[in-house]
Amino acid sequence: MNRYPIWKFVLIGTVFIIGLLYTIPNFFGESPAVQISPAKTSLKVDESLLQRVEDTLKLANIPFDGLFMDASGVKVRFANTDTQLLAKDKLVGNLGKDYTVALNLVPQTPNWLQSIGAKPMYLGLDLRGGVHFLLQVDMKAALDKAAESTVGDFRMSLRKEKINYYGIERQGQVVVIKFESEAEATKARNLLAKDFSDLTYKIAGSDKDFSVTASMSAVAQKRIQEFALKQNLQTLHNRINELGVAEPIVQQQGVDRIVVQLPGVQDTAKAKEILGRTATLEIRMVDEEKSDMATLQKAQAGQVPFGDELFSDREGRPVLVKKSVVLTGDRITDAGPGVNGQNGSSVVNVTLDGRGAGIFKNVTRENVGKRMAILLIEKGSTEVVTAPVINEEIGGGRVQISGMANAQEATDISLLLRAGALAAPMEIIEERTVGPSMGEENIKRGVHSTLWGFAAIAVMMIVYYMVFGGVSVMALGVNLLLLVAILSMLQATLTLPGLAAIALALGMAIDANVLINERIREELRNGNTPQASIHAGYDRAFDTILDSNVTTLIAGLALFMFGTGPIKGFAVVHVLGIMTSMFSAVLVSRALVNLLYGYRRKIEHLPIG
Amino acid sequence: MELFRIKKDIPFMSYGRLTTSISLITFILAIFFLLHRGLNYGVDFTGGTVMEVHYPAAANIEQIRQVMDGVGLKDVTVQNFGSSQDVLIRLPVKKELSIAQLSEKISSALKAADAGAEIRRVESVGSQVGEELYENGALALLLVCAGIMGYLALRFEWRFAVAAIIANMHDVIIILGFFAFFQWEFNLTVLAAILAVLGYSVNESVVVFDRVRENFKKMRKASAVQVIDNAITRTMSRTIITHMMTQTMVCSMLFFGGETLHNFSLALTIGILFGIYSSVLVACPIAMWLGVSRANLIGDTEKKPKEDEAAVAP
Repeated sequence: MNRYPIWKFVLIGTVFIIGLLYTIPNFFGESPAVQISPAKTSLKVDESLLQRVEDTLKLANIPFDGLFMDASGVKVRFANTDTQLLAKDKLVGNLGKDYTVALNLVPQTPNWLQSIGAKPMYLGLDLRGGVHFLLQVDMKAALDKAAESTVGDFRMSLRKEKINYYGIERQGQVVVIKFESEAEATKARNLLAKDFSDLTYKIAGSDKDFSVTASMSAVAQKRIQEFALKQNLQTLHNRINELGVAEPIVQQQGVDRIVVQLPGVQDTAKAKEILGRTATLEIRMVDEEKSDMATLQKAQAGQVPFGDELFSDREGRPVLVKKSVVLTGDRITDAGPGVNGQNGSSVVNVTLDGRGAGIFKNVTRENVGKRMAILLIEKGSTEVVTAPVINEEIGGGRVQISGMANAQEATDISLLLRAGALAAPMEIIEERTVGPSMGEENIKRGVHSTLWGFAAIAVMMIVYYMVFGGVSVMALGVNLLLLVAILSMLQATLTLPGLAAIALALGMAIDANVLINERIREELRNGNTPQASIHAGYDRAFDTILDSNVTTLIAGLALFMFGTGPIKGFAVVHVLGIMTSMFSAVLVSRALVNLLYGYRRKIEHLPIG
Repeated sequence: MELFRIKKDIPFMSYGRLTTSISLITFILAIFFLLHRGLNYGVDFTGGTVMEVHYPAAANIEQIRQVMDGVGLKDVTVQNFGSSQDVLIRLPVKKELSIAQLSEKISSALKAADAGAEIRRVESVGSQVGEELYENGALALLLVCAGIMGYLALRFEWRFAVAAIIANMHDVIIILGFFAFFQWEFNLTVLAAILAVLGYSVNESVVVFDRVRENFKKMRKASAVQVIDNAITRTMSRTIITHMMTQTMVCSMLFFGGETLHNFSLALTIGILFGIYSSVLVACPIAMWLGVSRANLIGDTEKKPKEDEAAVAP
């Protein structure tokens, strides 16, 4: 009665071997590496890049252990961190800004294991060290900004059709245009409703004071918010590429949040600076008619003329700039530091996209002789970087911004401009930093907890239940093996709470074996034969094991649904642990017992303590 | 080795009044401390910043406080943990400083004061994140309760479901009571531990209930009280051994797990200890008072075959 059919042994054996194969990679450790990936989507990872990397290293006489290519880029393995750093410097110099060169750790998994897709577990930030940021996108600002740009669009449309209005402004997220007659207002509404169909218009007023209010529909608002989030995600991607981090994670969370995880980053200040820079560039016209000394002084005292805003330039001189925006940083496709050919000062060369170039050409043609202000808006404060006089029409979309203090600043600002503008400002609402030594220590802590706990349980089980205790311990060992194997296969993020969940899963899984062993003892005590007792023990205990595991599973699933970050990691392992324990405690231990006793004719006594 | 060889059934149910009273008192005390002292929520829930700093030599706490005062940060707690070289700095959310600025400010001040200071861990959480976690935590707790009750009602009977959930909620409240009384920090991992305990200690009730159901089938002449007493006595050995094993693992985490897992293991420990007590000595009397009987249990189960008859009931 205690014999398994062959297929069950084969099944258990197969599962065990697969488990073993996928667990092994965790023991090989990692070696320092450099990862080269393209910074632009137009560039591909191919043989020629591989060749270039190899040539660069050979030329510089830098020894490397391995060179290979995967989906994310080219990876080169080194014997130690010194050569790794040296190689990084050489590669950065040789490949230029088109490629991101990042330090990384590459698992030393042997090739034959890699070929079956066996990888070590994917460690979370608390185990490998790094920074985690949660950023909140300011959606109100995104909507405000959209409304602001609508103001500009309206102005242009109305002017083109020669419709007379005497005022246009943004009130919150609503645009209000004022007219003197109802006929003009109606005409304007019809025109705008045709050109900008995702807004809703209302005419109000009487006598000589009519107004058209345009507000965004819920659908349009949602679209703007989605767009803002996408744009910010993209911008963050670009900025992080400039940082040179291997395997960064930039993900949307909920409707208005972005998670950024930078494994292995130690210079958190730098990372924060780059991420947190909400700088955007705006080009606006200087209000030349109101730039006389008297008006400027009045403006400084608080009486800013209507339709203008007061800013200071780099020398602290006041500049009155028109509220309407000519161009924003969104229109910039490239930016790089350069030197002015005439006076040798540092400049930033900016390339605009097609539409931007068109607008720029028109504006410069219409405003020859006037000043154009380039504004840098960073974290709520606006600065006039430079306000050069327009000498002639500028076509072709190539713009040179002068007024840089030095070459470093030119580089910084171009980086900022190149990395793109944020569609809406963001704020860091959660930051978790774990130093690399802490990560190692956390691994040690988790592993020690598990191993010592396991050892203690093993001793107690064997003392208390003797051979059957031994069988239980073996089943528990298989449980641990399978759990690690599944985690490695799924590449689920393992965190310290996840490690705790492994330990806890083992501590709870032993329950099933205790139940079985107690049941067998009881059956023996009731005078049943050893074989019948084993059979009844396993059979009866199974219902109970199933019930108790289901309840634990419910708790695990709730944790998974509502947990974030480390708690989710805990939940995943917890749930997987329950599944593997069902397999190991019931099937594996039974198979072992069957092997030991199932084929004996006569058993005098069961060594179950 | 066999520690629990009990010949006669222990009349647990006759102590029912006593055990539930003890529970009730502990429960009320726990509620009292929860209301009176409240939980000491960690930064996960309240928002704020925690920093773990490691010094090459013993850290001078007083000097660190002065450094913090120096940069204008008030209500900062600085304390040692683990060893004299490790310092934990906590401070609440500052309105005027963003999270990013705050941690930068502290770390640069600390490094300026002592170049050997190594910032090992920083956790900064904005207040809005905390509120959400709070809500999600409560939701998760509700969901677990509902899920478990539903399952037990389906698998056994509503009386068992109610009894089990009362017993286990009582565990949860008592864990929270402990955290309130000792003002241990209540953070996300502790919440995870509590939910895990909830699932785990329901196991306990399930094991006993399973046995009760089985006994109702086998002990045809026995009263409900006798049936329950027998079920508890028969499963007692397993209950204690299992919990001893789980507790061993938890102790291992308590000793080796470091700061992060410390409160997690504490919550588990309390949960496991009270779990034994409540699932046996609280859940069963409640189920009994709610009136579990042979009729309402056997009627709704599809079992069971001949082997049951073959085995002789004790």
